[in-house]
Amino acid sequence: MADPVEGRDPVGELRSLADDCVHCGFCLPVCPTYQLWGEEMDSPRGRIHLMTQVLDGAELTDATAGHFDRCLGCMACVPACPSGVQYDQLIEAARTWVENPRDRPERGTGQDADEYHRTLRERVTRAAIFAVFPYPRRLRLLAGPLRAAQRTGLDQVIRRSSLPGRLSPELAAALRLAPPPTGRIPALPRRVPARGQRRAVVGMLTGCVQGVFFPQVNTATARVLSAEGCDVVIPNAQGCCGALSLHSGRRSEGQRLARRTIATFERAGVDTIVVNSAGCGSAMKEYRHLLADDPGWAARADALAGRVRDFAEFLADLTGPGGQAAARHPLPVTAVYHDACHLGHAQGIKAQPRALLRAIPGLELAEAGDGGTCCGSAGVYNLLQPEAARELGERKAATIQATGAQLLISANPGCSLQIATALAARGVSMPVAHTAQVLDASIRGLPVASLTRVTR
Amino acid sequence: MIETLIPAMTEVCGADGVITDPAELRTYECDGLTSHRSIPALVVLPENAEQVAGVVRACAAAGVPFVARGSGTGLSGGALAPADGVLIVMTKMKKIIEIDPASRRAVVEPGATNLSVSKAAEPFGYFYAPDPSSQVICSIGGNVAENSGGAHCLKHGFTVNHVTGLEVVTPAGEIVWLGDGTGAAPGYDLLGAFTGSEGTLGIATKIVVRLTRIPAAVTTLLAAFGTTGEGGAAVSAIIAAGIMPAAIEMMDALSIEAAEAAVHCCYPDGAGAVLIVELDGPEADVEAETKAVREICEQAGATEIRAAADPAERAVIWAGRKSAFAAVGRISTAYIVQDGVVPRTALQDVLDRIAELSAAAGIRVANVFHAGDGNLHPLVLFEDGKPGDKEAAEELSGAILDLCIEHGGSITGEHGVGVDKSRYMPKMFGPDDLDTMQMVRCAFDPRGLCNPGKIFPTPRLCGEVPGVRRGPHPLVASGLADLL
Repeated sequence: MADPVEGRDPVGELRSLADDCVHCGFCLPVCPTYQLWGEEMDSPRGRIHLMTQVLDGAELTDATAGHFDRCLGCMACVPACPSGVQYDQLIEAARTWVENPRDRPERGTGQDADEYHRTLRERVTRAAIFAVFPYPRRLRLLAGPLRAAQRTGLDQVIRRSSLPGRLSPELAAALRLAPPPTGRIPALPRRVPARGQRRAVVGMLTGCVQGVFFPQVNTATARVLSAEGCDVVIPNAQGCCGALSLHSGRRSEGQRLARRTIATFERAGVDTIVVNSAGCGSAMKEYRHLLADDPGWAARADALAGRVRDFAEFLADLTGPGGQAAARHPLPVTAVYHDACHLGHAQGIKAQPRALLRAIPGLELAEAGDGGTCCGSAGVYNLLQPEAARELGERKAATIQATGAQLLISANPGCSLQIATALAARGVSMPVAHTAQVLDASIRGLPVASLTRVTR
Repeated sequence: MIETLIPAMTEVCGADGVITDPAELRTYECDGLTSHRSIPALVVLPENAEQVAGVVRACAAAGVPFVARGSGTGLSGGALAPADGVLIVMTKMKKIIEIDPASRRAVVEPGATNLSVSKAAEPFGYFYAPDPSSQVICSIGGNVAENSGGAHCLKHGFTVNHVTGLEVVTPAGEIVWLGDGTGAAPGYDLLGAFTGSEGTLGIATKIVVRLTRIPAAVTTLLAAFGTTGEGGAAVSAIIAAGIMPAAIEMMDALSIEAAEAAVHCCYPDGAGAVLIVELDGPEADVEAETKAVREICEQAGATEIRAAADPAERAVIWAGRKSAFAAVGRISTAYIVQDGVVPRTALQDVLDRIAELSAAAGIRVANVFHAGDGNLHPLVLFEDGKPGDKEAAEELSGAILDLCIEHGGSITGEHGVGVDKSRYMPKMFGPDDLDTMQMVRCAFDPRGLCNPGKIFPTPRLCGEVPGVRRGPHPLVASGLADLL
């Protein structure tokens, strides 16, 4: 065995994390890419083996980097692992290697330069994605023309011509995923007061994709929290929480965005920060790891991470046995709840949303028969690995359709876009709603049609 | 040498089905037992029987050894390919071809996972009975190769009792059927010979399995004892009372600690051993037997007995047991999973001796086992990187097998011999026995290309007369058998 590579694992921490893997294979059946291709290198166990090779001094090759890139980061393998391997930490490190390949032999270690470097086109695509997505204002600017194109039917022309596919599969993917046009949604106030007796003061993250593409979800979240006795504080200068960057190996960018988010919510003076988007909540709970080595921020990151709660997690606690402040009106509908990976796998929140939904009279909850396999959305994965994402989306849509449900409930904007698109491709127009929207409709006594009306 | 095979393999499996990148090949260097490693020269991933046959024919023509691999969860190094060999990975052949409830059977491809067969049969009221702890991922093809067992084999039997037909690619590359799917074909039981042959007689490409009716009632009891001795006494008493539980499993204090850390199975605090007893069958039988087992456990000194009230609670009890091997990774950096069998009556004696050996060597041993059929799984813990620790653990692990043989048991209950235990075969079998086995192997694979280096201590070529150092085999000399 070669000496550990100093630059990539200075204190041997990654080596020790990788050594926790006993190669038992229990992660294989839950891994979406292993389900697709059945190949060892595209399984968590195989990727850890590849990481070990790199830690042993192997250069980063195109093949190796490709297998890291193809990991969705769905984290299904983490709860499945009997040995407690922290794959989340390992893949995050591997992604930073891929983002920062070694240009020249490393001094002192005698390590060769990496063979691997991203192609120009890949770099441009990534740069474009990360110049837009984490910035709600820019995203809104982009969303406008996309919606206009959809309204005018121009997108059908673009889609039908093979031009976008030839120019860039990523562009084709973005067009496929652009959500349907929505009506004007009034901006949220800075503070939504509790109805009735106040039980808590909570901050609310509005998110990037959620805020731009699904503003109605944020409105519903605020209304439900208020109805259940929460003062909801919505800081207006919110940016991206850093989740997309963090989950794509852009650590320093993620750290920068995290610091901003921490400062914003410190100023808000709230006990709890409620997050309605699974990926954001998961990333914010990980802030303590992200900023652990930053002396000025480690304690602040730790404190903030401890106050982050997912919407369903928080509300299930608050409205547990006998704790419901707002009455639920019947919603006679059969719905299927989709576990977003960053909620179910990464945060372990599966029971709470189901309990909240089952408490609605008349609502029947069906279960998809795939044990919560990733839908292929996975942050910006569907833009960067469109083929694999499409195949996973197709599988998910088939299992969702097989439940016979009339409504799909998902707590992550990326999943909602991905699954709705895949269902539409099968000719199924199943409406998609966030848990908060369903609860909102029930509390306000709205008809089922308010959720199942297809806007397209 | 192997490079010349690549075009032929690509023609058979397509470019996507052939792996040549060195880093990728290395991810196939070991299965679930990482102490033995060998990087294959080439990995191929066929998608149907014809492709498997094509790959095997190409290997046979070039004289290159080949090895089939399922999900790579084996625990004896049975699916390692030699450095000059081709690894045939069966994971893309995972279809459940047919569930036939009327005939109580299923036809599946070898890469299908064990659990996927039960899941597919469930809507019809059936399940596939053999259930290795790795059933979420281990493949049926691998189960056939290893004649896998599992917790419920006590009542329901091993893989060999549930396979009624096999489509097989022979080491010469022909596609043939063994057995006719009824389990009662006349003639030699080649199906029985093939099952458990550890991939040395050919590659299964289609498997007909028997399905078992899902029992009307199931009770799972968890009984805590102060010592494994008390637990062992309860096991003997249950069997002696004429009760045949679906499973009787025991875990000692150290393995309980590991399982708690991994899956929070909430076994009773401070237990020196827990016994999991599962009873299944018609409602009335299960009720009566449950009562009897409770009484027996109480008499044997159980400090607490719990019954799972619903499938979710049952799953939690089993999660502790089924994750135990990998969970030991939480309390030790490295460990050896041993697999041996002793007569049930010798259980306590052997456990006491293992404890003595463990104390003398200063090496921890966690015991997880199928108590009902005396199949021990001692987990010998050591520290990776600590000088001499691994060697000491290996020595202790070997001494445990010696104990099993001494007590009239076996060197493997279900994990197979593979490369890991081939050196123990001469301790269990005499030269004549080994030669007879070789003759069977040679009948299927005269050139010794199919999974070479496994099971038998010294690789021999079939061109040689088995037992050549001592003249002709007695059966040949007496005219009772012919060599090929």
